[in-house]
Amino acid sequence: MSSVDFTWLIGGPQGSGVDSGANVFSKVCAQTGYQIFGKREFYSNIKGDHSYFVVRVSDKDIHSNVNDITLMASFDAETIFRHFNEVSKDGGIIYDSDLDKITTDEVHTLDTYFKERLHKELTFKNKPFTITGVLEIAKEKGVNLYPVSFREILSNLAEETENPKLKGLVRMFNVLAVSLSLGLIKMPLDPLLQSIDSIFSKKSQIAEINKQAANYAYDYAKSKFDNFQYSLTGTAKRPDTILVQGHFGTSIGKMVSGCRFQSYYPITPASDESVYLESHELLEIQNDRPGSTIVIQTEDEISAMGMMIGAALTGTRASTSTSGPGFALMTEALGWAGINEVPIVITLYQRSGPSTGLPTRHGQDDLLFAVHAGHGDFPKIVYASGDIEESFYDTGRCFNYADIYQIPVIHMMDKFLSSSVVTCKKFDPQKVSIDRGLLLDKIEGEYKRFAFTDDGISPRSRLGLDNGVFWNTGDESDEFGHITEDPQIRIKMMDKRMSRLDLVLSRIPDDEQVVSFGVSDYTIISWGSTKGPILDAISMLKKEGIDIGFIQIKLIHPFPSDYVSSLLKNTKTIIDIEANHSGQLGKIFKQNISREIDYFILKYTGRGMTSTEIYDSLKKIVENKANKREVLSHGA
Amino acid sequence: MALKLADYKTEVHNDWCPGCGDFGIVNALQMALAEMGIERDKATIFSGIGCSGKTSHFINTYGVHTLHGRVLTFAQGGKLANPEMTVVAVGGDGDGLGIGAGHFVAAGRRNIDMTYIIFDNGVYGLTKGQASPTLKLGEKTKSLPSPNTNYNVNPIGLAVASGFTFVARGYSYDVRHLKDLIIKAVRHKGLSFLDVLQPCPTYNDINTRDWYAGVDLAQESMERHSRIYKLEDMHFDPMVHYDDESEVNEKLSQALIKSLEWGQKIPIGVFYQNELISQYSTRLTDRIPNYLENPPAKQKISENGLPVTDVSEILDSLRI
Repeated sequence: MSSVDFTWLIGGPQGSGVDSGANVFSKVCAQTGYQIFGKREFYSNIKGDHSYFVVRVSDKDIHSNVNDITLMASFDAETIFRHFNEVSKDGGIIYDSDLDKITTDEVHTLDTYFKERLHKELTFKNKPFTITGVLEIAKEKGVNLYPVSFREILSNLAEETENPKLKGLVRMFNVLAVSLSLGLIKMPLDPLLQSIDSIFSKKSQIAEINKQAANYAYDYAKSKFDNFQYSLTGTAKRPDTILVQGHFGTSIGKMVSGCRFQSYYPITPASDESVYLESHELLEIQNDRPGSTIVIQTEDEISAMGMMIGAALTGTRASTSTSGPGFALMTEALGWAGINEVPIVITLYQRSGPSTGLPTRHGQDDLLFAVHAGHGDFPKIVYASGDIEESFYDTGRCFNYADIYQIPVIHMMDKFLSSSVVTCKKFDPQKVSIDRGLLLDKIEGEYKRFAFTDDGISPRSRLGLDNGVFWNTGDESDEFGHITEDPQIRIKMMDKRMSRLDLVLSRIPDDEQVVSFGVSDYTIISWGSTKGPILDAISMLKKEGIDIGFIQIKLIHPFPSDYVSSLLKNTKTIIDIEANHSGQLGKIFKQNISREIDYFILKYTGRGMTSTEIYDSLKKIVENKANKREVLSHGA
Repeated sequence: MALKLADYKTEVHNDWCPGCGDFGIVNALQMALAEMGIERDKATIFSGIGCSGKTSHFINTYGVHTLHGRVLTFAQGGKLANPEMTVVAVGGDGDGLGIGAGHFVAAGRRNIDMTYIIFDNGVYGLTKGQASPTLKLGEKTKSLPSPNTNYNVNPIGLAVASGFTFVARGYSYDVRHLKDLIIKAVRHKGLSFLDVLQPCPTYNDINTRDWYAGVDLAQESMERHSRIYKLEDMHFDPMVHYDDESEVNEKLSQALIKSLEWGQKIPIGVFYQNELISQYSTRLTDRIPNYLENPPAKQKISENGLPVTDVSEILDSLRI
């Protein structure tokens, strides 16, 4: 049996149910045993602008999207205009035949720049500026077209079910598009109906209407269209698989790690995590009374940071979640946490900057900013997760690092991860450990919060603890925490704090710092969410006999120079892959290891990398045809 | 063993200028803590930046000297995580009403059970006397190159409008009265605000101790005609007695009107108090019934190094 590797795209105006359509499709595919990698793209807009969701389905492990779309489900004109070129030869386009004559100018959300490029192509190929025009191009390429009048389906359905309300119910278009797709690929019907039931579990009437429509559209596609060569009839389910959205790793990770206070200010794409924590604020605790997470929406990110630090001073595991612009506001207080040795975790869901940048698009733009955030010298940890599953366990690590080394930890996440929907192995809370470091439960005798100790870490009291009175100040302080400007104490205190960086490097196990997926003559260094597409690209090349190494650097500050150097000592060509303009990890690498990066594969369009793009660039590198900077641009 | 006033003092050298109004406030605060018998390790003084920011180092309780303008954020976070603590936040008027004004307003909306004291002197002392938010338009204190071009913030009015449920003003040279106000503020159930008039002898040569004492009004004689008077002496009733819109509106507006009084007569005392507004902790317990018994700082999160939070229900719902 040949393996399944199928990519489905659904698009439509924001607010038209593209997301819920994609969720239904993903769920159905996951329930029939497939692995899923889905990703959402959307404008900074509430209603009307184009959003789309790409879901890749396979019976093998997949970690990324690919360039080619096997089946596109559209119910508006814009989706066709924007994506017709992505559909592969032998692939298919399901579209609303009532849209045939729509011109590019009639779609007001098509921006000028895109339209200019499209018109150029259409003119060159001598096609009209209409849906018919672009579909002709697709057809000539070998794409199968599946025209369906969505309105006609609804009218027929309205007649059959004697429910006139159904007629013209545009809201149902997404369900129709999903059901037509599933019928076309001959997916079993039951999981679709169950999935609708679970989405509308509280609205049985709406569930019923949707199921009727789904059923009808499913049968329609199955009976009318028979020339599609792809079918997904199900595969063996893997045990302990979950279907998760981007922020589930860090949010469930926070619950399990004992984070009990989260302050935040709304920002895309970070706030989903806080909202999720609040909607699950009551926690079940084994053999104990119920616990809770206090989630506070603050007046700004400065306040989110201040509140988190205040809470952390009471011994509570405290956190915030933000994105670049918010993090920028937090940096003064980050230094305060640094000089006062306060354990805090900042989950930084990066997006594309600078400034507001591309507010709903992806970017790994903030690595250097995170490493250098705050004025003055103080120790901090910058730690990056490569995928959602990893981010669950990494959240636990970040809290431990913060507690053990009594320093702020910045957990790097990004928009690529946050807007992904993937299948992965069920998170295992028993694989998370909780180490509070030198946090005290009891104090007798004289207490000095910042006592000089052999390893530079002082036993930590908490606000409200008996006999544990201490002082904090953003000024330089003595062992009690009182202000001092004494030059000798200053030296000792700076040395005490900064020595943490060496402790971090010597005590955190190597495989928590860097994950090596093998090294070879050509080895990739990267960090964060590029992991998935890199892994998939490498395995594509492996099939062709090309061996590419990959080391995923998770601990970025302090930088594990010795370990990284030792891993790369036999590598001839180092390739840095990152979703930013300047190759920020490469800069850190060069600064610490004084070795040149040979090639950069970079992307800063705001759209995530696909494994196809990385594959293409790596191949060029191996064939000695690449530029030093390979800049990727796939994606609408 | 009962705690004495001396127990609340630290040995940290106090470097405020001779004659600074801040001394009266720190003394009153120490006296209030002693009188209430609050254990040293059950109270935290949070402070902002500037001369007043050093306050926390002079008081022998937990002390957190924070960032300029951000004191309320740290204090609220601490109180929310450990609601058993007595929390007092202090800072200057530039700190709280200039750079920190957004936090001031937001704190009022939350009504967390704690106290905020502003050391109000009309100047930024530690940076050599620039105009601060409470300095009146057109006034020129001695280190200003030209008269102040900004209208002043009305701290009492802003507090009342922002939702603070206890709003009062004290005078740093009336330490006993101030001590009593602090006790009332700390005992108030909800967020209390104290605007303390505090002459800066070095940079504010307009609102001096003599000016408050009315020396300039005494004309020929040496008799004093203090500008300061106490609201309680005028039988002013600041309390919202029952939960009724007209009662609340009346008390809010009389506080606002009183807050505008300045110049010849300056009221101190309690302007407004409303304990009928729910505290933030009540709003939380509506959702999290055991929040006060099992707040974040008290929660058990692990046993033998392993997590005890049971997320199996969530994970099961995600299972395919």
